[in-house]
Amino acid sequence: MSTARSKGAIVGIGELKPVRRTVGRTTLDMIAEVSRLAVADAGLEPGHIDGLLVGPQVGETPQHVPATVAEYLGLRPTMSNVVDLGGASGAGMVWRAAAAIEAGMCEAVLCVLANIHQDPMPRSPNRNPIREFDVPFGASGANISYALLMQAHMAAYGCKPEDYATIAAWARTNAQGNPDAIFYGKPATVEDVLNSPIIASPLHLFEIVMPVAGGDAVVVTSAKRARSLKHSPVHLLGAGEKITHRAVSQAPNLTSGPLKESMARAFAQSGLAAREMNLLSLYDCYTILVATTLEDSGLCPPGEFGRFLADHDLGPNGSLPLNTHGGQLGFGQPDLAGGMTHVVEAVRQLRGEGDNRQIPNVRYALATGNGATMSEASALVLGSDQ
Amino acid sequence: MTDYFADLTVPGPTVTALTEEFWQAADRGELLIQRCTYCGAANFYPRALCTACWHDELVWENASGKAHLKSFSEVHRPGHPAWAAVAPYVVGLAELAEGPTMLSLILPNQHPIRVGAELRLAPTMVGERRLPAFELV
Repeated sequence: MSTARSKGAIVGIGELKPVRRTVGRTTLDMIAEVSRLAVADAGLEPGHIDGLLVGPQVGETPQHVPATVAEYLGLRPTMSNVVDLGGASGAGMVWRAAAAIEAGMCEAVLCVLANIHQDPMPRSPNRNPIREFDVPFGASGANISYALLMQAHMAAYGCKPEDYATIAAWARTNAQGNPDAIFYGKPATVEDVLNSPIIASPLHLFEIVMPVAGGDAVVVTSAKRARSLKHSPVHLLGAGEKITHRAVSQAPNLTSGPLKESMARAFAQSGLAAREMNLLSLYDCYTILVATTLEDSGLCPPGEFGRFLADHDLGPNGSLPLNTHGGQLGFGQPDLAGGMTHVVEAVRQLRGEGDNRQIPNVRYALATGNGATMSEASALVLGSDQ
Repeated sequence: MTDYFADLTVPGPTVTALTEEFWQAADRGELLIQRCTYCGAANFYPRALCTACWHDELVWENASGKAHLKSFSEVHRPGHPAWAAVAPYVVGLAELAEGPTMLSLILPNQHPIRVGAELRLAPTMVGERRLPAFELV
């Protein structure tokens, strides 16, 4: 019954086990490794791939990225582009792939993000307003921006540090079900989170993702074509996107973000509501972003996420499964691919391939992406084939 | 306290032709915003058009220097290593009385910091440049 409303189907997934450091790797060979996994998982041959969506590659390939990746992989796509929405790139790729297929431009789209992580990482070569008007005041990097968002949220609603820390503790708990997670074997309690050092107040170290190297990829095709493939398809039932600003000083709202409108559109298209989701696969670069996303989803009123979470078990067998792969707070953040981990986990769960962390009776999942300073948002409602 | 950041060697602004006047004013201890001659909206940071109506005739105006603190963070581990020498330091979002919000440094002083606090412009040497920082009133 999902199929009738399907905008397209995810038929293949690939994910690299994240590592803290890479030596001698390039972004292109990481992309190649994870692309092979996704295309093989789909039961397709490289020659079947006629669409290619990639991310920007700071430092390695400043332009002609799709052509560079296509050439490296031996692909000759009839539709290709860069999706440059930070952590929303992964989710943003999925609906773009489906839209390109619907427009008749291609039939099978590889959406791929991967990164290396080595010392020293090159500093940003930006020459833009955020470089001119934030960096000179000592505000480099995302931590300070999200600290400012969190402080504003705390001040507006009186939420306590332990409310936010609960999100990080659950991420670490759920990561214990995922041997690939960077924090597998390293659970953390709310107390551990609150005892970790303050990086930029009020953010503690354990409330911030660990940057890692890795890669994630999905293959998208039409619902019709998906029928003939290896796995039970996972359908795209709704999508929404919104971009509001780049620098945190320009944010129209510090306590509610562009995911609010993105999720509303995705739910409206799918004919489903947030409470009908069996998995919340929510982008979690920082604890505060999950808090704001829960409130923006309508699952709880603004300022109430702490009380809401206290009433729920967020594990795979719980009343509100959230980021069963550990989220990026538990899995690690392989740069832009970090956002795609939320899509890949949703597909695993909806196919029933969650192994020891499988959610029982799962039909619908919400997967979100978020980029920059709560600036770029993309939301997907995904459904199983049954 | 206004020379607290003067010994730093940190990245300065990447000035463009359009923003040069803003930074020259900052050197004099002034804070400029842009006023749209068509719709009257105040704009910050300086742009080639008004973000409210896209009219392109904007005039420079001296901001009052009055603001309030929308949010702040005490930065213990700076994103840029050169700032470590003065950590922890406070970065804040200053909502100017004229409307726009800017990110700035909030100088340490005797007043307790809280969201909603009143701020005033406090031009401060950061390395070799005078920047429009703020202090608690």
